[in-house]
Amino acid sequence: MKSKKILIVCTIFFSMWFLLTSCEENKSAEGLQNIEATLTHAPYVPPPINRDYPAKVKVELEVRELVGKLSDGVEYTFWTFGGEVPGKFIRIREGDEVEFHLHNHPSSKLPHNIDLHAVTGPGGGAVSSFTTPGHTSVFNFKALNAGLYVYHCATAPVGLHIANGMYGLILVEPEEGLPPVDREYYVMQSEFYTEGNYGAKGFQPFSMEKALDENPDYVVFNGSVGSLVGDKALKANTGERIRLFVGNGGPNLVSSFHVIGEIFDLVYQEGGMEIKQKNVQTTLVPAGGSAMVEFEVDVPGEFILVDHSIFRAFNKGALGKLAVSGPDNKIIYSGKVSDEIYSGVNDQFGSIDPATGKYRKNEEKAFSPEFANEAARNDYSSLAETANSSPREDASSKGDLASMGKSIYQRTCFACHQSNGEGIPNVFPPINNSDWIKKNGKAGMITAISNGLKGELTVNGNKYNNIMPPQQLTDKQMAAVLTYVYREINNSSETVTVDDVKKYKTGDLLSRK
Amino acid sequence: MKNPIKIILLILFSSFFIFAGKPQTDISRMSLIPAGIYTPLYVDDTTDQNINVESFLIDKYPVTNKEFLKFVTENPKWRKSEVSKLFADDSYLIYWKNDTELGPDVNPGAPVTNISWFAAKAFANYYGKRLPSTAEWELAARADEKSANGYKNPEYVSKILAWYSEPTSASLPDVGSSNKNFYEVYDMLGLVWEWTSDFFNALVTGESRGNSGIDRNLFCGSGSVGATDFTNYPAFMRFAFRSSLKGNYTTSNLGFRCAKDIK
Repeated sequence: MKSKKILIVCTIFFSMWFLLTSCEENKSAEGLQNIEATLTHAPYVPPPINRDYPAKVKVELEVRELVGKLSDGVEYTFWTFGGEVPGKFIRIREGDEVEFHLHNHPSSKLPHNIDLHAVTGPGGGAVSSFTTPGHTSVFNFKALNAGLYVYHCATAPVGLHIANGMYGLILVEPEEGLPPVDREYYVMQSEFYTEGNYGAKGFQPFSMEKALDENPDYVVFNGSVGSLVGDKALKANTGERIRLFVGNGGPNLVSSFHVIGEIFDLVYQEGGMEIKQKNVQTTLVPAGGSAMVEFEVDVPGEFILVDHSIFRAFNKGALGKLAVSGPDNKIIYSGKVSDEIYSGVNDQFGSIDPATGKYRKNEEKAFSPEFANEAARNDYSSLAETANSSPREDASSKGDLASMGKSIYQRTCFACHQSNGEGIPNVFPPINNSDWIKKNGKAGMITAISNGLKGELTVNGNKYNNIMPPQQLTDKQMAAVLTYVYREINNSSETVTVDDVKKYKTGDLLSRK
Repeated sequence: MKNPIKIILLILFSSFFIFAGKPQTDISRMSLIPAGIYTPLYVDDTTDQNINVESFLIDKYPVTNKEFLKFVTENPKWRKSEVSKLFADDSYLIYWKNDTELGPDVNPGAPVTNISWFAAKAFANYYGKRLPSTAEWELAARADEKSANGYKNPEYVSKILAWYSEPTSASLPDVGSSNKNFYEVYDMLGLVWEWTSDFFNALVTGESRGNSGIDRNLFCGSGSVGATDFTNYPAFMRFAFRSSLKGNYTTSNLGFRCAKDIK
């Protein structure tokens, strides 16, 4: 009996001891597990969260003001969250309670704070985290909304703090987590305003004037020109699925984020969780906003990340690289398979202007009225009227009429009746040596062009059943093209005049039943 | 300003304090700032925007390590081992070797930093002076080399901005080594931040009772709400700095200088 009692007492004692110790171990007062967040410098991202429960997460971030490289030979004083621009990537889970420690290094000249767009509360934490040099502020928040959020310093003058590099991304993973991918990277765009122009060597102070004009000399990914090229290019293998966490610190510009040679299979627009757009070429990333993009890399090579406001990429630094290695896939992308001589087909779109000796765009718009809708045909008609009054087509001699006719033929008739008027067997009838033309003459052709033709007809013994829509040509153009058809295609000496056209174009459809 | 009136004033005041029981107030190293009007960066619609500042004297230089060492030697309660935590935080004079020695790495002629507001105030009192008000300090600092108001000179503004944008250097040079202004006051902008007597009012002005401005915060876009000149970035940065402080805070780039009434 006594030994049994002792056993019970011991059991109770040990179970209580066990309970107590397990409580002490990494449990907060609210019963949440205590976790220290792992933060990473761009382009790296902390590992996905595997917890299926919320935790008490401690985040520590240190503000440093440091001179660093903006471009080769160009120095700038960066104000940083964690020693680099952009700031360290923070990854937490929806429902987590975050204890945020913001340290401002004693060497800082200025007080700083942090406004996390993931925080619900005044200033996004800015008020509570306002920290003088050599001090640390602590505040708590609960991550209520999943999404990819920007954080930034919000101390006045806020534009200056952001312009000097004080921004980064915080990912609040949804409770169910994000779908697994092979690689995740962190890319953040921003711009810098320097006294000297792009590329001016030496130390460059901030230019307030350029910042107010929103006219930066540098637009970069991950804090400096060339931060994502050469050895520092993002890397992947063919067949892998990539997720980019893309942020835009601004302070002023909106990014048109694009990866040359890739289509985003999936875009979490504006970094939210609900709207997932498929097959996106370029996604807007607002200043102080984000996007998550996913794509599979199918073929090897270098894929260039740009702000497709393209002068920024070419002249201001907004350029990075994704280097993909692996075997070729010739079906998805063949590479160059041939290189041959091309001598040009015709002068359909432009011809040499005798006055300047340069190729000049034809006055009349290249147009295929047979494929256009009625409104477009009407537009074209009025365009053609205007063109008709221009001296370039004010052909008076018959030779000029024929050469003007040639260009009209190639724009208007060529597609069906072919270059020598041979037509296409069984589809479009020939107009060279055509018995229909011999029989119906000028009047027949003028009426056909101005009113169109429809239904079965026989030409040189072959039956055709198709539609020729009315052609929107001016009287002069019609005269010209028909003169061309007679002289060049049928070797006739016949001429069609503007008077002929006027005479026949309103006539009834000829006897062709 | 180099006129006979000033010299007469100086003589007058020197003789005034020679009889004081406390240490003699040496005003030979002070400059006269004439009366002026100061418009705060933040104002409340309900109060007069301008502050009339009477003429006053201000130290030509920030207080140095050597001077502050003399003060703590004569006032043991302000030594770093003795000071109350209510009046100075843990980094008070942290770079000094001990209570009464600077140590070989500290430049005696450099401005003293890691000083709390309470300590600065005690120093000023001991020498028969006081801390300048923010309005006074700003008025004296507004002068560039050649005029009483340099804020209209973009070059001057960008020079200040450049200094504010630099991280604090590892060691500070002697006082008097940065710019000298129109009033022959040195180092107002370009060496260290300085305490003012009413730094805690950085975000509000005028009457404290019913001052709706107390809710105004300095963050993000709202930082420009109510500002009288939202292109004056240097002023924003000073206001931001002052408003991040508490009276017992000490930091490595914050020192002080003293002022005095003309009465």
